[in-house]
Amino acid sequence: MTDFKQVKEKANEIRINSLKMVHAANSGHPGGSLSIADILASLYFGGHLKHNPKDPEDPNRDILVQSKGHASPALYSCLGLAGFFPIEDTMSFRQLGSRFQGHIDRMRVPGVEISTGSLGHGLSNSVGIALAAKLDNHPRKIFTILSDGELQEGSNWEAAMSAAQFKLSNLIAFVDRNRIQLDGWTEETMGLNPLPDKFKAFNWEVIEINGHNLEEIDQALTKAAALGTGEKPIMIIANTIKGKGVSFMEDQVAWHGVAPKDADLANALKELV
Amino acid sequence: MGQQLTMSETGWKLGDMAATREAYGKALKELGDKNPNVVVLDADLSGSTQTKHFAKAHPDRFFNMGIAEMNMIGTAAGLARMGKIPFASSFAMFAAGRAWEFVRNSVAHNHLNVKVCATHAGLTVGEDGASHQIIEDVAIMRVIPTMTVIVPADAIEAYQAIYAIAEYDGPVYARLGRAKVPVVFDENYRFEIGKAATLVEGGDVSLIACGVMVYRAIEAAKELEKQGIRAEVINMATIKPLDNAAIIKTASKTGRVITLEEHNVIGGLGDAVASVLAEEHNSNVIFKRMGIEDKFGQSGDGMALLDHYGLAVSDIVAEATRQCKA
Repeated sequence: MTDFKQVKEKANEIRINSLKMVHAANSGHPGGSLSIADILASLYFGGHLKHNPKDPEDPNRDILVQSKGHASPALYSCLGLAGFFPIEDTMSFRQLGSRFQGHIDRMRVPGVEISTGSLGHGLSNSVGIALAAKLDNHPRKIFTILSDGELQEGSNWEAAMSAAQFKLSNLIAFVDRNRIQLDGWTEETMGLNPLPDKFKAFNWEVIEINGHNLEEIDQALTKAAALGTGEKPIMIIANTIKGKGVSFMEDQVAWHGVAPKDADLANALKELV
Repeated sequence: MGQQLTMSETGWKLGDMAATREAYGKALKELGDKNPNVVVLDADLSGSTQTKHFAKAHPDRFFNMGIAEMNMIGTAAGLARMGKIPFASSFAMFAAGRAWEFVRNSVAHNHLNVKVCATHAGLTVGEDGASHQIIEDVAIMRVIPTMTVIVPADAIEAYQAIYAIAEYDGPVYARLGRAKVPVVFDENYRFEIGKAATLVEGGDVSLIACGVMVYRAIEAAKELEKQGIRAEVINMATIKPLDNAAIIKTASKTGRVITLEEHNVIGGLGDAVASVLAEEHNSNVIFKRMGIEDKFGQSGDGMALLDHYGLAVSDIVAEATRQCKA
């Protein structure tokens, strides 16, 4: 039985630490970090992603590729909470010499599987990792977290075609469907709807959920794991809210890539206690 | 791969005509036989790139990615992350050109062991014309940090280079050709990454060449000898890391250097050699980059195109003669 109380606490801690990191760095991406906090917490603290902070390359581990590399504060915070490194270290985020690069860097941070940042790479990388698992008859699951705006990169659709072609049912991807990208609403910038239909048409299993409802995330991941015996890759379209958890950041384009000032941080932390 | 893999006799003899892509296909199939971690990706061109031989022998480890080169390279990166040794092939225009940013970010920035083996490079792709004649690939690949760039001269060298890069742990770009070109090495030759090979010794002018231009450099040296000019021919198959010592040595000996490549004069072997001479060589060297003079190609026979764009043996002889009179 999933300990939802713990998952909720960890999600909250991911949010708090992410905002502190971006504040300390005075740059970074708060909005898209807050929108994936519940998904990351469910994977790492809800028992869905096998990981081993004592041996980040543990051969039995599952793999997470966070393709939206700009939401690095959320992943770094999650890995810190999971014990891969002292979470206090993340306060050096984006500073010269820090291992916590602006965009996710696997060479510097234990627990990071693939460096990302340039959008449209992670799903292809995940296809390769999933193919390797199939070749090795390895039972691991491969999780990918995509942003919605990222799907405007055509390479994702190349990757989506290939995942279906190779019947990669060990690949479970999320779209963080927060509907906002840097310049504004996705549907005004370059529309993605009907998004579930697009992936269905590409021969994926599609599960649509509220990406902030921990029970729904848990059920989707349990269902996705069961679908692993099938022949289709699995796409979980997680309807989310950019800036989730901080009232004045929610659904605000302005908080895509802007750091909170001192007062903003103080106000945000009051809501995230 | 841990241990030196034993190469077979290729059967090619000096002067035989063979394409470097044929050697690639042969070496790749053998590597597949010897190492289960070798996997191959292609983008609907396996019949052309010659990965078809591997595909036939090892269908479970061959992935046809369709006409989608970005995803091919990104997928290769994922396979490498899990310990596979992926060889990813397409025409050079697409493997290096279309997919450049995937080679840069998915592969090189991730420090992943992917071999991008691109065929049909340069003017000698021939009749397909300018859209397919990439003359920029060496430039855009060698500027990527940590990238190794190799341009084999003939089938023997290509065969050996493919074995060598399989043993090497890191990202590699290998530039291979469509056209059959004369074999210039014998089976006793041993390719090493980063090591130039002197094919003809001489003291008057240095011809530093790569790829198909190596054979033309040798022919030019023969012509020059008739005029009493002793040209030194250096095969510079590894463009990066460059064999700086070999460049300094021959330039010190002859004082005259001509670089020869089937590539834009901007950004290729010539520029790489020029940088070494400018930064590390003390004396004045007479220097000329011979390549494609910043122009697009056109349809035609591959070898005729080299002549048309100023890379005929007679052009090399004329430049060497001019330098020796200077």
